[in-house]
Amino acid sequence: MIYDASVMAVIIFIIFVGAVLALSFYFAGKTKSAASYYAAGGQIHWGVNGIAFAGDYLSAASFLGICGMIAYSGYDGFLYSIGYLAGWVVALFIVAEPLKRLGKFTFTDALDSRFNSKSIKLTASISTLIVSVFYLIPQMVGAGDLVVPLLGLPHWAGVMIVGSIVILIVATAGMTSTTYVQFIKGSLLIIFSTILTIYILSNGLKLPSADKGHIFTELDAVISDGKVTGTTDPAYIFKNSYDIDKNLTFVKFEKENITQWFKLNKESGKLSEVLFVSTAEDGKKLYNGEPKEAKKFFQVGHLSKIIVDGKEVDQTGAVGPFEFLSDIEQSEVVRFAKKDIKEEKTTVWYQNPTQGKKMVTPGLMYKVSSKAGATFWDKMNFVSLMLALFLGTSALPHILIRYYTVPSQRAARKSTIVAIAAIGFFYILTLYMGLGASINGVLDVESSNMSGPLLAKYFGVGLFSIISAIAFATVLGTVAGLIVASSGAIAHDFMDKYLDMKMDDKAKVKAGKYAALGVGVFAIILGILFKGMNVSFLVGLAFAVAASANLPAILFLLFWEKTTAKGISWSIITGISSSVFIILLSPTMYEKYGIDRALAPIPLDNPGIISIPLAAIVLVIVSLMTQKDNSSKVENYHLGK
Amino acid sequence: MHGPAAKLDEDFAAKKKSNLGLILFFIYLLIYSGFVFIGLYNPELFGEHVLGKQNLAIVYGFGLIILAIVMGFVYNLMCTSIEIKMNKK
Repeated sequence: MIYDASVMAVIIFIIFVGAVLALSFYFAGKTKSAASYYAAGGQIHWGVNGIAFAGDYLSAASFLGICGMIAYSGYDGFLYSIGYLAGWVVALFIVAEPLKRLGKFTFTDALDSRFNSKSIKLTASISTLIVSVFYLIPQMVGAGDLVVPLLGLPHWAGVMIVGSIVILIVATAGMTSTTYVQFIKGSLLIIFSTILTIYILSNGLKLPSADKGHIFTELDAVISDGKVTGTTDPAYIFKNSYDIDKNLTFVKFEKENITQWFKLNKESGKLSEVLFVSTAEDGKKLYNGEPKEAKKFFQVGHLSKIIVDGKEVDQTGAVGPFEFLSDIEQSEVVRFAKKDIKEEKTTVWYQNPTQGKKMVTPGLMYKVSSKAGATFWDKMNFVSLMLALFLGTSALPHILIRYYTVPSQRAARKSTIVAIAAIGFFYILTLYMGLGASINGVLDVESSNMSGPLLAKYFGVGLFSIISAIAFATVLGTVAGLIVASSGAIAHDFMDKYLDMKMDDKAKVKAGKYAALGVGVFAIILGILFKGMNVSFLVGLAFAVAASANLPAILFLLFWEKTTAKGISWSIITGISSSVFIILLSPTMYEKYGIDRALAPIPLDNPGIISIPLAAIVLVIVSLMTQKDNSSKVENYHLGK
Repeated sequence: MHGPAAKLDEDFAAKKKSNLGLILFFIYLLIYSGFVFIGLYNPELFGEHVLGKQNLAIVYGFGLIILAIVMGFVYNLMCTSIEIKMNKK
């Protein structure tokens, strides 16, 4: 898709980014000590910290990824909202207060509090780094996606801009500025998402019209001997037809020397226009038969039938939040499915009319119904995702370090509750924003991540500019938090504690800043490499790695007295290696390598269901084998002792 | 050894709060698992209307989000009352 940058969008964007940077430089003057750099001095108010939690958590995955996934796959995207929020229950009821009591700056401090063990320092710092990098990839991909329509720049430029600004923020002020950036951004994201949802409900459900988007051409097919040989419209010259399977036939025509592709509807004998990207003989990419600049590659997603109380209508007018969902359930939504026609070096996106009922129940992306042909592994994918999301939140290093920015355990608890309320409210809105995007002709089939911002554009450039700038600040804030966590793992856990470099406060902050620079550059490279993947899917993987590597270690440390340092270390190693191994051999990664996904040796896309229990089992076995180590432990921080 | 970033008073209520947290966690886990089990064994049930015109998927999904918020507030109220009682000097 090609977009025009709007002047208003550019101005609002510059104001936002400028404000974020000004805030960072303001706090830079106040950040002198390591406690201030890594934990904002432990003096942030719980209310501010709670919204900052929401800011940290409502990353590119939530606003860009979930809205996009709901827009393309209906309720299955909302499963992420449910799981992400449920994860906070684990954080609040199990982890928040004890972690606050045990740690100093980083998650490694808390894990190591009972043992003073070199192996925990090493493995926990590596785990923090790997999880943060996994989480950084989708943020950078999202940043790149955002600047394309916002500033009219290419994807890689967006990644570079985010990377550079964040490195500047983190390297200047650390956790204090990150906290306030997150607070402001978290508040604005929730306010403007509410405004966007009000627009969606006021707009109601409408059939597409020529003044709002593209009306797809339909032709009558000429069929002889079961094969398409042309159309009744003489302007279209038949070129070829391809039977992909028994239900799917694509037909190539030429009109005024420009290629056009259609999909055959076998029941009606009609040919429906599709979107397509093809590679010409000179290697140039053509969008709907023309260069990208011709802007023939339009946005899609609409209603083909609106039914209210059993009657078919053209539009509903303004609707209430429950009415919106029940009206969609009765209507028919046109989604777009993707298919490659290898012989023609062409990818087509064809109309796939979907019953509204399917949009508001699970099953379009995660096949769960045996009646719909779900296999054992399809079902395991669903369980694995729900497990990883539930257990992943409390294992994310950049979330865990936020417990050290408040002054007390009570403040840690209260800030978690503020976070749950704010995040929960936002996640309910995601269903409206996602479904709103799916029916208002705003989707860019090349990037599901842009569904939310493009929906805002449908309601006006002003709203689009503000929402996009907030989404960009969202990415900035989350990336900043992740880089603080990573730099803490390198400078505080690894260099200072593991290598015992005995750095003073000033040296520790300096090392942290250099580490931030290194991680930032690495994140930029990965963000460019992973272009085109849904950010929420990628975050789902980060959750699985975090839950596998860190959560068994945290839970057993808190609730099982026989846990040993070696048990924790081996559990972390097992969790990371098994989850990363499964991801690398998963169908989605095979697709990324350009290999048929059916050939992937492990048919799971999300590793949680194997790697989380495996890490827990290893922790128990190794701890039981190394019980004599525990007799020399320095202090017992166990609950209630 | 490590210590917290901010100096903390001793918390005599820690054990009791932790037990309360565990109970609430298992209650939520049970309800969350119910959602996953329906998805696994009878996903068609999600399409049934259970509250006015709203289907089970919407009601259960929204319910899980709202329940987490409500349980969070209840937990905080109970913890605060335990702290007041047990941390009196």
